[in-house]
Amino acid sequence: MDFFNTLIVVLDSTVRLSIPLLFACLAGLYSERAGVFDIGLEGKMLAAAFASAAVAAVTGSAWLALGAAVLISVFFALVHGFASITHRGNQIVSGVALNFIAAGTTVILGQAWFQQGGRTPSLGAEARFNAITLPFAEAARDIPVIGFVYYELLSGHSILVYVAFFMVFATWWILFRTRFGLRLRAVGENPAAVDTAGISVAWLRYRAVICTGILCGFAGTYLALAQNAGFVKDMTAGKGYIALAALIFAKWRPVPAMFACLLFGFLDALAIRLQGTPLPMVGRVPAQFFQALPYILTVILLAGFIGKAIPPRAGGVPYVKER
Amino acid sequence: MAENAIELVGINKSFGAVHANRDINLAIPRGTIQGIIGENGAGKSTLMSILYGFYQADSGEIRVNGKPATIATPNDAIAAGIGMVHQHFMLVQNFTVLENVILGAEGEALLNRSISRARSELRRLEKEYGLEVDPDAIVEDLPVGLQQRVEILKALYRGADILILDEPTGVLTPAEADHLFRILAQLKAEGKTVVLITHKLREIMAITDNVAVMRQGQLVASRATKDTTVEELAELMVGRRVLLRIEKGEAAPGDVMLSVRNLTVKDSRDCTVVKDVSFDVKAGEIVGIAGVAGNGQSELIETISGIRRAESGTVSLKGTLLDVTRHVDPGDLRDWGLAHVPEDRHHVGLVLPFEESENAILGYHDHPRYRKGPFLDIERIRQSAREQMTRYDIRPANERLKTANFSGGNQQKIVLAREIEKDPDVLIVGQPTRGVDVGAIEFIHKRLIEMRDAGKAVLIVSVELDEIRSLSDRILVMFDGRIVGERAGDASEGDLGLLMAGVEQREAAE
Amino acid sequence: MSTPYAKLPAWADYGLIPLINLIVAFAVAGLVVLLVGENPLRAAGIMLEGAFGSGRNIAYTLYYSTSFIFTGLAVAVAFHCGLFNIGGEGQAYIGGLGVGLVCLTFDSILPWWLTFPLAILGAAAVGAGWAFIPAYLQAKRGSHIVITTIMFNFIAASLMVYLLVGPLKPANSMAPQTRNFLEGGQLPKLNWLIELFGGTVRSSPFNLSFLLALLCAFLVWLLIWRTRLGYEIRTQGHSPKAARYAGIGETRIIIITMMISGALAGMMALNPVMGDQGRLQLDFVTGAGFVGIAAALMGRSHPAGIVPAAILFGMLYQGGAELAFEMPNISRDMIVIIQGLVILFAGALENMFRPAVQSLFASISPRSMGVAASRSGGA
Repeated sequence: MDFFNTLIVVLDSTVRLSIPLLFACLAGLYSERAGVFDIGLEGKMLAAAFASAAVAAVTGSAWLALGAAVLISVFFALVHGFASITHRGNQIVSGVALNFIAAGTTVILGQAWFQQGGRTPSLGAEARFNAITLPFAEAARDIPVIGFVYYELLSGHSILVYVAFFMVFATWWILFRTRFGLRLRAVGENPAAVDTAGISVAWLRYRAVICTGILCGFAGTYLALAQNAGFVKDMTAGKGYIALAALIFAKWRPVPAMFACLLFGFLDALAIRLQGTPLPMVGRVPAQFFQALPYILTVILLAGFIGKAIPPRAGGVPYVKER
Repeated sequence: MAENAIELVGINKSFGAVHANRDINLAIPRGTIQGIIGENGAGKSTLMSILYGFYQADSGEIRVNGKPATIATPNDAIAAGIGMVHQHFMLVQNFTVLENVILGAEGEALLNRSISRARSELRRLEKEYGLEVDPDAIVEDLPVGLQQRVEILKALYRGADILILDEPTGVLTPAEADHLFRILAQLKAEGKTVVLITHKLREIMAITDNVAVMRQGQLVASRATKDTTVEELAELMVGRRVLLRIEKGEAAPGDVMLSVRNLTVKDSRDCTVVKDVSFDVKAGEIVGIAGVAGNGQSELIETISGIRRAESGTVSLKGTLLDVTRHVDPGDLRDWGLAHVPEDRHHVGLVLPFEESENAILGYHDHPRYRKGPFLDIERIRQSAREQMTRYDIRPANERLKTANFSGGNQQKIVLAREIEKDPDVLIVGQPTRGVDVGAIEFIHKRLIEMRDAGKAVLIVSVELDEIRSLSDRILVMFDGRIVGERAGDASEGDLGLLMAGVEQREAAE
Repeated sequence: MSTPYAKLPAWADYGLIPLINLIVAFAVAGLVVLLVGENPLRAAGIMLEGAFGSGRNIAYTLYYSTSFIFTGLAVAVAFHCGLFNIGGEGQAYIGGLGVGLVCLTFDSILPWWLTFPLAILGAAAVGAGWAFIPAYLQAKRGSHIVITTIMFNFIAASLMVYLLVGPLKPANSMAPQTRNFLEGGQLPKLNWLIELFGGTVRSSPFNLSFLLALLCAFLVWLLIWRTRLGYEIRTQGHSPKAARYAGIGETRIIIITMMISGALAGMMALNPVMGDQGRLQLDFVTGAGFVGIAAALMGRSHPAGIVPAAILFGMLYQGGAELAFEMPNISRDMIVIIQGLVILFAGALENMFRPAVQSLFASISPRSMGVAASRSGGA
């Protein structure tokens, strides 16, 4: 029974830890399916986290903060789009550049505006996205198994968590049941086919990139306002890249992406749980190993499965009308 | 109703310094099949791209059904009833046929109704024009001929009255081409207008009502098809009497230089593309492999030249057995006397950003002549390149110039010079004169005959049947990955055409 | 084909357009300075003064440039093979381990001029080794090298922290660093070089590794454009299919190139570890691996461009340090922003101003653009 409780608690942490990855992963999905490779998820998340924390600190409103985060993230996404789509530049270089710009600007502005060494002031509960208790959760708490699961695992998350899972299915529906989704998938596979059908390749890709921006805005806001209580320098710590790896692992499909992100979250939660606990054969594992674990796992993931993953055919290649 | 479906008046289009369309005037009567012929680079595709809204003309007017039309985007063209079937299909490979057809014509934001509407419309079109295809099939699983049908269906679904087909038979067998022509005749009978762009004279004579000839950006002639001949059209296309066959003496074949036995090759999707192929090439002869593109010829020569791995079978070079099921180093093959002019000179045979002299050593950069220890002997390399340029009349004769700035014919000569200069015993050439202007074609053909007369073994792969028949001493025909027939170099085109279409071999040689 | 229809003279292509890109990058950076409430022109002035105003300042500038030359060369070599090595930061960090181990072992036994070559080998070997796994995974498994090298940056950081708070730390100390190297493990300074030209430098970290960096720049040029290996690298970078046709083994060339790249990045560690700090400590790389990307892009992956680009960034680092005194709101992170902007404008947006410049040239002097006489027909 105790094992079961522990399991549920770990799963609960899993959910919380996987949300930033999930938002970022879905964000990347829109871009990549449309043929725009976006390594700048990290920078957008970071900028969004800063924007939301800053606005929340000043206005005290979490929703305004979310709005600001989305705007900033979309702005970065549009710059990436401008470089990649309109100017057909190298998409990886553009993404890397924007990551640096985000990293530097967030700290400089943070220092200038809040004088706390680059971070934003700690946020009180009213400025954050707090845990929501689902109906009857308190009452259900004592019901064995089901009630406990309901109380611990399903209830008690901030609203952004529920939004994230909703977005998985929303993304699936958009991609496979709407005109926009059909065209988006087409432009990532054969932009010439889209062009000769009379659809603007550029506008379609810009819309995809805007979707990426919006979702990264959510990712950053969650980090700053739900998972933590403010912005701290470099707080994304590579999550944007891990989200990209999860996307590749999921072969650019929404529902597998959700599972991939949950997997990463689970491993993260497990690592936190095991930290400090002596393991059977190895003894005490140094803390730095646990810190490095998500990155090591990402490499293993990319090494093990990628040979069979086929990216969108036109991915990363700027569209040029052939003469 | 207006008499002419399309009128092009005074169309001009330049790309920088290149005047691709010069003052074109053309009237296409409704309900006819109009042919437009010209060599590569004559301007046919540019003209049609303007008609389809892909480009805008610099000056001139387009009239559709007698009324002036502004065609600024493909949407305008589609609205005017113009549909285009492109040479390289504009299909999304991993979509179904239905999804490809509705792309751009969905009609509303949600897909369910669009799909069901398309399904019933497709059934109707199938019956009316004989364009059968499974609407739920994934396009990349369909054979090329069926993929083309999807292209045609796309255009008809959007209400095209005027259908432009750009080089449609390049990827079809003669039988599939016939079926296509029957579909076009049916379209004409229904009152549609068809524009057929091709460089194949026989097709023009077979199916068109009128033919317009383009040469170097200009419309040089317009005829009713029944009033002209293949010879006249060829001469108009090229601007002078064309020697359709090259002069050559008898072949004197010697020992077997290249021997292929039971070669089987699979592609990246695990389909078997070369099936149990066996043949020999002797010194002093030219063997030509004929066949429609996509029947395994490309993979065959890639395997022999070490770029691709075989599933099973052997290749022997001058008696030495090569294990082609494992990695064979193209460098070793070069050392042992094999040279290869690849089909794709832009991405395989040359590195376009390199200077000409750097491409002159591609594949031979380890040669003792070009190196000083780990270093490249730049002076020697440049000198050698200059000499090659003189011998092969490569212009401009500047070995420091970036290879991208040379014309197609000169680029091909650079590759040929490089491979021939090493005095190989076996020379494999893929598509020797694709995208090459006529003057260079004669030059290249002469060089290949010279190689043969010097006792080398030459293997040629070409989709141009005329070229194969002109050069080869022996012809092998490939269809669906197999060699379906061997004929002498003077075999008739009809005979070869049947083999290329997969018709069973006749018992006695004709 | 998508070649531009008319061409610019070479000096405009390699000089003017990069210059314009640079100016725009700095202009945007200036906007950020404004946003923070400071005067961009005054900031620029302080920066220039801080970078070149005195012999000591120049020495510091060149000290920083040394690191960037190494990392810039590292990124450039990989670029020539078509690979984007973002792992320079981690490869340099780990390279420090190679340097540290050599120095700790030999500093009491050998004089510096014998330890130095061994340290070079150590740094290069470890840096190359750190680049090996991402290279292998890219070549054999198609794992995207950009993501794997970034991951290895993070892993390197964790590994070094572990080593410096644990095994490598002397038992009786609290600070996460090794013991100080003895004289056999320290590089001589080059301040006398500057004093030769009239400056006064009392003390600075500017050391011998600067000359090694310049030597490496020359050797990289030699490698890429004058050796067979360099030819193979460039062929693979331009066209993997042509490389296969030419008998160039793809796996082999990718791994060799990345190892050379990693080795160069690793050698960066010689500058701070053996040339200045005289011990191995936390985070001595201070972002040099990433600056290398900007330097390589600015310098068009050519050593003749990378060295000036590295000096420019050295100037920014040193000038930036002075600036941080005068304008506390503008910290070192400003450099990161400028670095990002340079990468953006010199890398992804490099052709943004080309059409405007082409029109300008066409209207002033069509002949200078080498517009060919009118030809008919298409490609």
